[in-house]
Order: sequence, then C-alpha cells, then structure tokens
Amino acid sequence: MNEFLRRVLFLPEQASTFSRQVDSLHYFVIITTMIASTAVGMAALFFFVRFRRRSETQTTPYLLPPLWLESLFVVVPLTFFLAWFGRGYRDFVLLQTPPKDAMDVYVMAKQWMWKFSYPDGPNSIGVLRVPANRPIRLLMTSRDVIHSFFVPSFRIKQDVLPGRYTQTWFEAVQPGNYQVLCAEYCGTNHSMMRGEVIVLRPDEFDTWLADQRRGLVRSQDGTPTPDEDELPQANLIRQGEQLAVRYGCLKCHSIDGSPHIAPTWLDLYQRREPLESGETIVADEGYITESMMDPRAKVVRGFNPVMPTFKGRISAPEAAAIVEFIKSLRSQPLEQARSRRPVYEPIRRP
Amino acid sequence: MNPSVDRDAGFPAHHYLNAGTTVRSWLLTTDHKRIGVMYLGLILIALFLGGMFALILRFEHLTPGPTIMDPVTYNRMFTLHGVTMVWFFLIPAIPSVFGNFFLPIMLGAKDVAFPRWNLASVYIYAVGAAFTIGAMIYGAADTGWTFYAPYSTSTAITVTPVLLGIFILGFSTIVTGINFIVTIHTMRGPGLTWMRLPLFVWAIYGTSIIQVLATPVLGLVLLLVAVERIFNFGLFDPARGGDPILFQHLFWFYSHPAVYIMVLPAMGVISETVSCFARKNIFGYRAVAYSSLGIAFVGFFTWGHHMFVAGQSTFDAGAFGVLSMFVGIFTAIKVFTWVGTLYKGAIRFTTPFAYISGFLFFLVFGGMTGIAVATVSLDVHWHDTYFVVAHFHFIMVGAAMMAFLAALHYWFPKMFGRTYSEGWGLVSASLIILGFNATFIPQFLLGNMGMPRRYYNYPERFQSLHVASTAGSTLLFFGFVIIFIYLVLALKYGRVAGRNPWGSLGFEWNTPSPPPPHNFEKELPTFTRGPHEYQVVPEVSNVA
Repeated sequence: MNEFLRRVLFLPEQASTFSRQVDSLHYFVIITTMIASTAVGMAALFFFVRFRRRSETQTTPYLLPPLWLESLFVVVPLTFFLAWFGRGYRDFVLLQTPPKDAMDVYVMAKQWMWKFSYPDGPNSIGVLRVPANRPIRLLMTSRDVIHSFFVPSFRIKQDVLPGRYTQTWFEAVQPGNYQVLCAEYCGTNHSMMRGEVIVLRPDEFDTWLADQRRGLVRSQDGTPTPDEDELPQANLIRQGEQLAVRYGCLKCHSIDGSPHIAPTWLDLYQRREPLESGETIVADEGYITESMMDPRAKVVRGFNPVMPTFKGRISAPEAAAIVEFIKSLRSQPLEQARSRRPVYEPIRRP
Repeated sequence: MNPSVDRDAGFPAHHYLNAGTTVRSWLLTTDHKRIGVMYLGLILIALFLGGMFALILRFEHLTPGPTIMDPVTYNRMFTLHGVTMVWFFLIPAIPSVFGNFFLPIMLGAKDVAFPRWNLASVYIYAVGAAFTIGAMIYGAADTGWTFYAPYSTSTAITVTPVLLGIFILGFSTIVTGINFIVTIHTMRGPGLTWMRLPLFVWAIYGTSIIQVLATPVLGLVLLLVAVERIFNFGLFDPARGGDPILFQHLFWFYSHPAVYIMVLPAMGVISETVSCFARKNIFGYRAVAYSSLGIAFVGFFTWGHHMFVAGQSTFDAGAFGVLSMFVGIFTAIKVFTWVGTLYKGAIRFTTPFAYISGFLFFLVFGGMTGIAVATVSLDVHWHDTYFVVAHFHFIMVGAAMMAFLAALHYWFPKMFGRTYSEGWGLVSASLIILGFNATFIPQFLLGNMGMPRRYYNYPERFQSLHVASTAGSTLLFFGFVIIFIYLVLALKYGRVAGRNPWGSLGFEWNTPSPPPPHNFEKELPTFTRGPHEYQVVPEVSNVA
C-alpha cells in the first residue's frame, strides 16, 4: 500500500527514517483532499443537472441553512485541519530536535557549491559521505546569500543562512546515492548547485574516515573559511590553499570545476587551454606563474581580463605553494558505493 | 418577484461611452466607469505581457539543459513574470476594473467618494508600471518577485529602479482602497443597509481594508532594500550586520494578505454570479459577508507559514500553522454556501457559469493543497518546489483568473451594451479550464518528486512532466486568444444586450446598458430589498 501510493504520487524513494513517517501523513492528507474536492465537484454537477432552469419564469424557494448544518460546515473541516496540523507539528518538532548521539557534520554553502566538513578532519566538496542507520546532524551556514539544503529522498529541507547556523538531521536507512538540491533561489547558477549524499555501510564509512585521517587518499579539498585556522603548514599544498584564500584567488577561480568568473583550477594543470589570441597553450608551472604575475599576457578564451597582477605581492615560495595546490586539484571518477542504482544522474566531474 | 430577461430597453442614445469622444475627455475623466474601462485596458496589457513571459518560461523547460535562453535571461524572465502578474494584473484586476465600474452603481451613487483621486490612481498605476517595466528592460532584476535579501541587496545586477516602480504602484492600490472604504461607508443609497449590500461590495470592502493596511508595509520593505543597496546600511545583509529573516517577515506580512487582495474580490464575483445564474438567494448571506471580514483579519496573522524552513523558531512555526488552518475554515464556509446556493435553484448554464464551475474546483483543490502545505511537516518537503508553484497558481490563476473571466463575461453586456458569442464563450472556457489543469497538475507531481522552483536546468527525470505542463500552457494560450477575438468583435457586432440580459436582481442591472454618465436616468434609486432575494414569497423556510 505504501509503495503503491508513493508511486502514484510520484514521491521519491524513502531513504530516511523521517521520510516514511511524513509520507503516511502525506497520503492521508492528499486522499482527504481528493475526496473532498471530488465530493464538492460531484455535488455541484448533480445540482447543475437536477436543478437546471426549466422555464424563464421559474421561481425558487428562499432557503437558509439551519444552525446545525452551518455548524457542521465549520466543525467537520476544522476537525480534519487541526488533526493534520497536530500530527504534522509533532513530526516537525521531531525534525527540529536532533538526537543527542547524532554525528555532526558541518555544511558550508556558497554560490554555487556545498562543502561538508567533519569535526575530525576531512572535508569534501559536493559529496557528503555518511554511515547508514546513524543519526547525522548537519550544522549549516552560508558564506554569501541564503541557500537551502534539500534532499528529496530524505524529505528534509532547511534554509542555510549567512551569519548564523541552522540545523537539521536525518538517519539514512539504506546505503545508496541521494541527490542534494539547493531549494532557495541564489543567483545565476542556482539550478546547478547540486550535491550528493553517499550513504555507506557503517564499516565502509569507518574505513573511509580512517583513510582520510591518514591522508592516504587526498580527495578534493574544500575552500577553507576565513575563520578556519588550520595551523601547522604541514606541506606546500595546504600552504598554497591558505595563500589562495588569503590573496582572494578563490573569489574568482573555483576549485570544484564549477564555472565562475575565471577558469576553474580543477584539472587545470596540464590542461590545453585556448587563448583569446587564437593559440593554445598547455597550463604548466610556467604558464600558471606567468598568469599570476602578468595576467593579461595570455587570457583564456571566453574570460574577461579582469585579474589584477600579483607581481611584487606574492613571493616566489608563495607562488610555488599556490602552483603545488593547483597541481593537487585532480578530479577522480566518482566512486560508486555498493548500493542500488541511483535514481538520478550522479555528478560527473569534467 | 423574479425578473425576466429584459432586452426591450435597447441601446440607449446617450451613455457614458459617447458622453465625450475626445482623447482629452478620456484622459481627464473623473467618471468611475471610464476609469474602470481604462484600468481594463491597462490590465489586459499586463495580462498579455505576464502571459507571454510565462509561455517563454514554459518553452525553456522543454529540455533539461539550455533551450532558448541563458540562465541570466531565465532568472530575469521569472522575475518579470512574477512582478507583472502579481502587481500589475492580479492585485488591481477585479477591484480596480469591476470595483470601480460597479461599486457606485451597486450603492446607488453617482460616483465614488473621491473621483479625482480615483483618476490619479490610474496615472500612478501607469507610471509605476511603466517605470518598473522600463527598469526591467534597461537592467532587469534577477531576484524573483520576492526580492529575498541578502541576494537582492548584494547582487551586481540593478534592482533599485524596479523596487521604486513597485513602490510607486503601491500608492495606486492604497488610494483605491481608501476611496472604496469611504464610498461604502458614506454613499449608500436610501434603504441600502449593510445587510442589503451586494456580496461583491462586502468582498471589495474586505479587500480595501487589507490594501490600506498591508500595502504600506510592502512600500516600507522595498524602500529599505533600496536604502541598503544605495547607502550600504546593514538592515538585511549579515555581512553588514543585518538580519535576512527580518526581510522575510516584513515581506510576507504584506505578501500573504496580498493573496487575499487577489482572492477576496474573486469570491465576491462568484457570490454575485452564483446567485444570479442559480436564480436563488445566497445560502447564508451573513456567513459569506462575515467570512470576508474574517479572512481579511486572520489573513494578517499567517505570514510565517511561508517560512517554516527559513530559520524561524519551532514555536513560531506551530503558531503560524494553526492560524493558517482558520483561514482555511472561512474559505470552506464560502464554498459550502455557494454549493448550497445551487441546491433547489433554477440553474442556467452560461459562459460565466462555466467559469464559476472552474472556480469551485480550483478553489477547493488549491485551498485544500494550501492546508496541506500549512501542515508543517509536509511543507518541509514541498517548500520551494513545484508543488507550491502549482498550489498558488491554482489559487491565483485558477480561482482569481476564473473569477476575473466570469466577471468579464457577466458584466460585459452591462459595460458595453452588447453580448458576445455564447458558443465561442463556452469553447474557450473549456479550453482554458482543460489547459489549466494540464499545465498545473503535472507541476504538483513534479513538486512531489522534489523539483525545486526557479531552476533553469533540471535533472532529466523531471522532463516528461515538464513537457506535459508546457503542452497544457499552449492550450491556455489559445483559450485566451479566442476570448480576445470574440470580445473585440462583440464590441461592434454583438447583439444589443438591453438592460438586463441575465434576468439578474443585482442593483447594477437597473440602469441601461451601457449606463448613462451619472449612472441613473432620473433620480437616484431607493432600496427596499437585497440583491439576492429571488424567492417568490419572502418567507423563511429552513432546509430540513
């Protein structure tokens, strides 16, 4: 019955504990709505036929509803409405109250990407990995305008605001890939601000997390927020990343492949770039350094020459660190979790 | 006493349309009927523009990727569609056109209380609309009609002129509202007690109260956005020390009641026409009259149901959720009353009646889905998806547009003295009702699937329903084209309507069609009965 109604109503799969609960109310509300509007429609249709005008001088009786009928008009719908509200508000309070043992993940939204950070280290862009059967609390904030974190398969949505934290939580019930959409209009590429939740089996998740901590697998690192003080500059790449933030490179260059004001840094190293002049160059260390010091010399086709020069502002070791950071930004083919076929197209990095 | 159809009066030699034929006599007129006709012209232009924008958007959605425009154009286009339809069409449509034309006649007055202000309101409307549309052409805002901060206060695209245009337009609404309130209080004819007022007048009264109380808040919030953009004040943008939720509270404090500015007059039209075509007294006059005021009052306390997932407190969400249920009740009372009015009536199925049927279906379905989205936990999934889009189009386009078309067809003979082709009327009514369902029912399903609104590109699994919706919208378009053609033809070639072609008891039908410049031929009328009392013997018998 549940599966049948879900399909009739075109609802996505029920991948969280909350979704099943909220769907049962959904079915009840929609069925009542259908019955009520059909009943009103049928009553009107019956009256059109039964009481059609038979002559132009026909008269009609003066009718007023008796008090009991009038009260019925008020009491019956109100009872239904309040019952829906009571049940719905109970579920809503549940959604607003994350369990105490929930695992925390920080979510940072900006135009037009999602970044997920785990308290104990790793972070990733666009892809949130979580274990199944464990409540996850998302603590969310935005760096620019309002966004909204929406996972249709979990039936959760929460606006993500600049300047404050909002929270929501879910408990995924089965491993799989689920789409994240931005639901609050946030500008030109609002519709491309998508992400993905990969629900792993708990043991797989633990392995992944451990790998991340050991630094064996270096996945795409995110843009650190200015208030994220990651101290010891362990290696050149990390240092380059912090410099890229400090010098404002990432205001125009994206590092996740999304189009922005300037060419993306993802997979930039060794990429063949067509220039405004008609030539094609390979973006090697030399070209990348030249572009920092004399950005108007070789402008990639399709971009405006708006970058200021950093000559004299960035020292040589710093430039090298930034270059190393750019070189580290390699896309990997998306890993397929062992799960059912996803119901939407997974994100493919270019 | 039941009136029979009265076509004998013929076409009067002198009426408001030929009282002066110069352009000047139109531009400087203080005649509420001419002002109503001018509003009708302006509003039809707005409807045409808004409709074309909608059609372009639908065509963009034929494919998941880019189809006919780039993302920035798309974002500007839905902003234009929303701004045009909400402020230039829906809000002024019924009050400014039919309210202006019929309110004084229904009250037995020669004009509204402030005729010169009434004329000024047309010019304020025209200036505001031209300003906004001009601003959109020269630097179109891409914020959506909701202007959510901090996007609207930080986007690089010009927004301020559009805000000022809408700010100007707001005064036209306020002036009209004050004018109507004063007219209803002070200019009712002898014998016209409050309980004898036509229900259309009650609905306009409720609407005017909302217009006067809510519109200044809209003006204020738009001005604050402009101030933040120009002077960099930190009002809404957290980066400058502001609060983005504050914007949403202020915006919806106007914009939720604005929904009732659109729907209340529509309900008034339906009360008038149901009674006329069923030839029967309203099944509970007081219930309908007072529920208009109830909606106007409670409608002010439900704005937070637009913000369940926006970051307001859980308690607030609950309070706004419960209050929203009560607005639903007032609407339910009205629906039951209209259906009850049909019971034991003498129903004549005409073009306006076809729109009444459409209205009943759309209002019940749209209203019930409204209650569904006010059910807090369900709204979490539906918020900002196509489900919400479909819901409010059912209310605004479905219900309000059906009532606008019902009013246009019902009062056209009175306004212009001629009747239109009933056959074509029914054809286009069926096309529009069918096309409307075909456009928006797929959008409910899209919303269930999780399709967010304002998406230029969308994942491929949504495509088939988008194509269905676009197909439906072309049907709608053809329906409107047919209406436009036969109404324009009817202006010249239509059969002479006579004083009362529908056999209605409404007070406006006591004057010739079209009415003389001062509404009545000799002295002003006195009133001895209500406008919906179709019974033979004035004796109350209850339904048992």
